[in-house]
Amino acid sequence: MAMLETHDLTAFYGDFQALFGITFALEQGETVAIIGANGAGKSTFLKAVAGLLPRPAAAVRFDGRDIGALPAYEIVKLGIALVPEGRRLFSSLSVEENLLVGAYGRRTGGPWDLAAVYRLFPVLRERHHAPSTSLSGGQQQMVAIGRSLMSNPRVLLCDELSLGLAPIVIRDIYAALADIKQRGTAVVLVEQDLVHAMAVADRAYCFQEGRVSLAGRPQDLSRDAIHAAYFGL
Amino acid sequence: MRVGSSSTKTKGDGTRKRFAVARETRASTITLMLAVPGILVLFALPAFASRLLLQELFYVFTMLSLAQLWNLLAGSAGLISVGQQAFVGMGAYALFAFTVVAGLDAVPSIVLSGAVAGLVAIPVALIVFRLRGAYFAIGTWVVAEVCRLVLAQVKQLGGGTGTSLPPDIASSIVGLDFVRNLFAVRGPAARDIMVYWLALLLALGTFALVYRLLRSRHGLALSALGDSEAAAESTGVDVFRTKFLIYVLTAVATGMVGALIFLQKARISPDGAFSLIDWTAYVIFIVVIGGIGSMEGPIIGVAIFYLLQYYLAALGSWYLMLLGGLAIVLMLFAPSGVWGVISQSLDISLFPVRRRLIAMSGSMPDRESNP
Amino acid sequence: MLGWIDTLLQGILLGGLYSLYATGLSVIFGIMRLVNLAHGDLIVLGAFLILAATSAGVPLVVACVVVVPLMFAVGYALQSVLLNRALGRNILPPLLITFGLSIIVQNGLLETFSADTRRLDVGHLQSASLPIGGGIAIGVMPLIGLLAAVAVILLLNALFYRTALGRAFRATSDDVEIAQLMGINNRSIYALTMGISLAVCALAAFFLGTRANFDPSIGPARLLYAFEAVIIGGLGSLWGTLAGGIVVGLAQTIGAHIDPEWQILSGHVAFLIVLVIRPRGLFPRAVD
Repeated sequence: MAMLETHDLTAFYGDFQALFGITFALEQGETVAIIGANGAGKSTFLKAVAGLLPRPAAAVRFDGRDIGALPAYEIVKLGIALVPEGRRLFSSLSVEENLLVGAYGRRTGGPWDLAAVYRLFPVLRERHHAPSTSLSGGQQQMVAIGRSLMSNPRVLLCDELSLGLAPIVIRDIYAALADIKQRGTAVVLVEQDLVHAMAVADRAYCFQEGRVSLAGRPQDLSRDAIHAAYFGL
Repeated sequence: MRVGSSSTKTKGDGTRKRFAVARETRASTITLMLAVPGILVLFALPAFASRLLLQELFYVFTMLSLAQLWNLLAGSAGLISVGQQAFVGMGAYALFAFTVVAGLDAVPSIVLSGAVAGLVAIPVALIVFRLRGAYFAIGTWVVAEVCRLVLAQVKQLGGGTGTSLPPDIASSIVGLDFVRNLFAVRGPAARDIMVYWLALLLALGTFALVYRLLRSRHGLALSALGDSEAAAESTGVDVFRTKFLIYVLTAVATGMVGALIFLQKARISPDGAFSLIDWTAYVIFIVVIGGIGSMEGPIIGVAIFYLLQYYLAALGSWYLMLLGGLAIVLMLFAPSGVWGVISQSLDISLFPVRRRLIAMSGSMPDRESNP
Repeated sequence: MLGWIDTLLQGILLGGLYSLYATGLSVIFGIMRLVNLAHGDLIVLGAFLILAATSAGVPLVVACVVVVPLMFAVGYALQSVLLNRALGRNILPPLLITFGLSIIVQNGLLETFSADTRRLDVGHLQSASLPIGGGIAIGVMPLIGLLAAVAVILLLNALFYRTALGRAFRATSDDVEIAQLMGINNRSIYALTMGISLAVCALAAFFLGTRANFDPSIGPARLLYAFEAVIIGGLGSLWGTLAGGIVVGLAQTIGAHIDPEWQILSGHVAFLIVLVIRPRGLFPRAVD
């Protein structure tokens, strides 16, 4: 039994079905990448796991317990934190306030607090009083990650971390990710940047039009298989 | 079925599939067939109905008109106004000004009063459109209060206590002699018949106005507005102009209804002409209970409201509390009103304003396709 | 000249009262984007609750101390039971629910207390005044009202900007979906917000009832003054709301100075003028 698993997870936006029965598993401390084209349902999957979308009660299990019926603000208290796509920082809060509000649903017992986040991203300490909107894209991504870490998650769901960022910044973000991994946090990475994602992942899933089209360890998946699964050819 | 417009789309196998936009439904055609004789009966009613019935129907027709207009604003254009009483009052006061002060006949004065209300609506719109959503709603209320307070200063029209319509004006409406002779009735009864016909005409006119607007490209623009203003604008809908046009037109019609209402009452006061309860609270209640956003809704709503009013108005404050409570319950459990519940379960539409895309049967060979 | 100075001072003091009316509205605008059409009527309800307590022999100050948390509870319940069910993008349901509520409160008060005008009695403080020279005197109660308005804003700003709960409020206002990812239950936040709003209304009710006669029908006018103060001041800023209240107060007293019948009209006209020349208000903070 995995730490986090989904069984036949479906999700809808109104009448539109975005996920058609996703079966997924994440072990303690693992890093799993989810790749796929735009609109494949990767972000939808993370939102459904995090509780932002309605889902069947038994479709998501954490530590063997059905959590599908729980609202998002309860899920984070269990130890599943989502770093949302597009950063979505709180615009009227400063950098430090954004980080502190991440601790609102904090789980006790864990390595992450304000000092630890500042050690991970030193540039944030320098700008801790700045309005969050005045930061660069990369720095905002750091705040978003730090904010989610403040709840001491056991699972960190990361939605398109590298979107819109320069390669050198992406490198820094992934370096920080390695640090997070090293402390035992399990990570689910939704990425369009195949190279970085596959380089750090223990296992990968490929989504295509709301379904899992391929799964396995990166070293076991051939380029051709990935291309086929990605584009559905 | 009548076809609005058609276009063709090429299928992969080289044949063309024709699509068309249709609006009429079977239910709507039946309604049209029943409506025409029904309207004729309503026109002929004075020949055999009591004065009391005519007066009650006058109230029904005028409230129905106000409801259709508020529904157009709020249900279709997303402009939720809590200040339409401003235009009811302006139209009413304009009527008194035209007839008492300027000596014009009552019937043309009604039309002119509508124009006055429309003219007032132009600067009002420019100001209140700076507010959005619920803030816009209260903004319109403030405007109505300004109108009330300003008119209360006009001594020639009675100031704060108001004034009555002199009997010679009330009895000299054009066409009154015709009515008196046709039905062999005296002055006041003839007046009742006259205003009844005017109310019926206004109600039909309001229906026609709303119907035409919703079926026009403005109506299509309105539906787009209702879903998303930003998206509508990106497809070329001039959001501001559409809203402005609807707001001013609605004000004109509302002004005319207000003028007629107070012509019939023959007495005006600032508190009465600009009453929030009479011209907004009751109107909103009618639209909401009937079904906002549909043309059928206000008809059902005014019928239900009339019955409630008839049987329960004597309860005074308790009646008003009941209406307030009903509005709350409706919003929580049946936000699309009685008609909403009916039309959703039966999927019918009596006043076809929605456009449906239908595929026409039979494909035509595409002469231009390459093998 | 002295007449004008007196007019200005009276306007500022009146602005303090209007700011008290408006602060509760400003808070729910800012956090929930909700317009409570029953706001004014709920202030009047507060005044009648205080009156009922004093009629039962409770001293006025004690009555206030009891009614403030009582109204907090009413607001919390109102949001939890009714208004939280109407959340969503459509603005019509909350608007109509609060409209229905306004009618219910007004008529309920009418049935319970009749249409007679009432007053809350503060004894000798009623007409006490502080002379400040030149023959001008400031009423003690209005001055206390202004000070109370400032104190409430200081208190609320401390809550919003110095506490974890305050951060949660502001995060919810910025992005309610992501706030939930932080473990913030938005329904609780909204209920607390409505509770705070009505608690401030209860305080405003005390000053309303001691300053002038009140009856069940005066609610809607208070809502309009409060609304105008918030819009003039600018959305998202409580100090802006105080400034807005003072602008409305000044407009009214200046208008009344010219012609007593123009008092209320002047306030409305000032609002419309500000709307034309500075549509976002004098001190806007929020990006709405």
